[in-house]
Amino acid sequence: MSLDSLDPTQPAPVQESTNGDEVSGDLVLTRVTKEFGTFKAVDDIDLTIPQGSFFALLGPSGCGKTTTLRMVAGLEHPTVGRISIGSTDITGTKPYKRPVNTVFQSYALFPHMDVYENVAFGLRRRRKKDVKKQVDEVLELTELTALSRRKPAQLSGGQQQRVALARAIVNRPGVLLLDEPLGALDLKLRRQMQVELKRIQTEVGLTFVHVTHDQEEAMTMADTIAVMNAGRIEQMGAPVELYEAPRTTFVANFLGQSNMVDCTITSTAGDRLIADMHGTSVAMLTARSTVTSGKLLLGIRPEKLHVITDEVPAGDLDVVKGGVITDSSFIGVSTQYLVRMPWGQELMVFHQNRDTARVLAPGTPVTLAWSPEHAFGLSAEQDAHAGVETVDEAAS
Amino acid sequence: MTAFAGLERGSQGPAQPPPDSGKTRGRWTPYFLLLPGMAWLAVFFIVPVVFLVSMSLQTGNIVDGYELTWNFGTYGDAITQYWDQFVRSFIYALIATVAALLIAYPLAYAIAFKAGRFKNLLLVMVIAPFFTSFLIRTLAWQVILQSDGIVVGIMEKLHIISLLQWLQLLPTDQVIFSPFAVITGLTYNFLPFMTLPLYASLERLDPRLLEAGGDLYARPFTSFRKITLPLSMPGVVAGTLLTFIPAAGDYINSHLLGNTSTTMIGQVIDGQFLRVLDYPTASALSVTLMATIVILVAVYVWRAGTEELV
Repeated sequence: MSLDSLDPTQPAPVQESTNGDEVSGDLVLTRVTKEFGTFKAVDDIDLTIPQGSFFALLGPSGCGKTTTLRMVAGLEHPTVGRISIGSTDITGTKPYKRPVNTVFQSYALFPHMDVYENVAFGLRRRRKKDVKKQVDEVLELTELTALSRRKPAQLSGGQQQRVALARAIVNRPGVLLLDEPLGALDLKLRRQMQVELKRIQTEVGLTFVHVTHDQEEAMTMADTIAVMNAGRIEQMGAPVELYEAPRTTFVANFLGQSNMVDCTITSTAGDRLIADMHGTSVAMLTARSTVTSGKLLLGIRPEKLHVITDEVPAGDLDVVKGGVITDSSFIGVSTQYLVRMPWGQELMVFHQNRDTARVLAPGTPVTLAWSPEHAFGLSAEQDAHAGVETVDEAAS
Repeated sequence: MTAFAGLERGSQGPAQPPPDSGKTRGRWTPYFLLLPGMAWLAVFFIVPVVFLVSMSLQTGNIVDGYELTWNFGTYGDAITQYWDQFVRSFIYALIATVAALLIAYPLAYAIAFKAGRFKNLLLVMVIAPFFTSFLIRTLAWQVILQSDGIVVGIMEKLHIISLLQWLQLLPTDQVIFSPFAVITGLTYNFLPFMTLPLYASLERLDPRLLEAGGDLYARPFTSFRKITLPLSMPGVVAGTLLTFIPAAGDYINSHLLGNTSTTMIGQVIDGQFLRVLDYPTASALSVTLMATIVILVAVYVWRAGTEELV
């Protein structure tokens, strides 16, 4: 399929770039704040989204991610701050003049127009030539060619979602905004569309800004994720970076699950911190801790913990003895254990069923071990459970 | 139509209906529900229409009685004699409908989108005139439009009078008892029938569609033209029908606000039935009026193509 016209790596024709229509470049939000009455929905955020990237704004409902998106679209105006694309300041630009298109959560397809007319809408408003050619190309890209004369009411959820996407990308916006675009789809279709969206983004090379509360969705699709909480950006980075080295308990708990244990740093040894974990001395990398002295929360992902029933294998491991299994559930690829530690805390362990499954019964005494490189240290001056309840809330 | 579609679906039922008595009883439920409405229609619509058509084909007089002679000549005579009143009725109704649409659309739009917490209050105000009788409200316009009144004074100042004279809606300097007064009365009296369906269809409109329009480079007015207006067409069609049909057959406004040269067909029918007592002519005029409206409405609905709208 021919997608030359959608390829941003090709230089745009001169007459197009001079009419101010085809703005492109990095999307930059500078000290943006949005207040609704006394409520700060977005609190002084700075954000640079590189051109051509797939960027996800991740957070629980009410964290300000949708408000941020609507400010970029021009549907809300920032109380303070500046928004620009490339060198063009769009803070005060009317929505219909912005080089930004949105895939709405509800799709907001025009019910009185067929698929073709929905997709052609933006091109017609800008009096583009070759409307038919461009619409046909995008319909082919989104596999909607056969449905072009259907009305939105005659389409399934997944098809409507694709129309909403086609209607936006056909305009080749400087930035494409996606507001929980997969929220209305069932799980299986959502997985399929995640792959599809990623494929389309790679093919058209537009900047995608994706708002979602689904951490798995964000990690699957995005190059860069910004985790938002209470109007602020908690942490920004590549999915692996956020997962492996969270810098706040909110991020640690919101992306996947984490065990957080209170520790006190006792000394440093080379590139390592030595900490006291309820009487046991454990080591961790200094580079993976946000604090270097005093109290800290030691975080460790459930799949990085090993349950050991007999002798502890030799090697560079942190070892804590005296655990007792209180709950075990076999879920096929892995077995989940809850292990009660001597200090009363229950830690979660995911044990990969690499060998023949052998499920340890509750009551079994175990030793927990992990590689010091897998632990991360966070400031103890925060709620160890931040982001835990919000996950359940968002999922329900 | 929808009722029958529902019946069809209901009677087909699931692929293999279990043969229990509950299901059989359930199948008749829609018919029982239709019964009161059907009975009402039969007694108050079908019987009178049959009676009316039959009367229009009879000859005789009130003293000696009538006899069904299939005299179609009554139609020819009646239509020829009252052609002017027919044409006038439809022109007045058309102007009143357009005027009501132009007034009601912004009104309904404002109530649906801009009224905020005053929405319900404004809706009550739209319906409020119904608390007074149709006759009294129309009589009130005699006072409003009287020659030395404030309204006429303002109209003179703003040169509306001369504009109306140029449009031939005011044959003399007098505003009351003129075509203009009759059309004003019609517009006023049927305005709620125009406003409410428009409001209903605009209120249903998802404001996110307008956001999407703006997002796709449509200026506010373009969004209105391409999204709001087409999606409110069911309301426009319903409102114009609810205004045009009664306005075309109206006999009060012309009687109270017009003069002898503004006579509408409703007045003629009224006079033939109740004063001249020429039942066949009155019936023939009624049937003609009804048939004309049905044809006009059918063409209009077909042209408006609302069945394509959601």
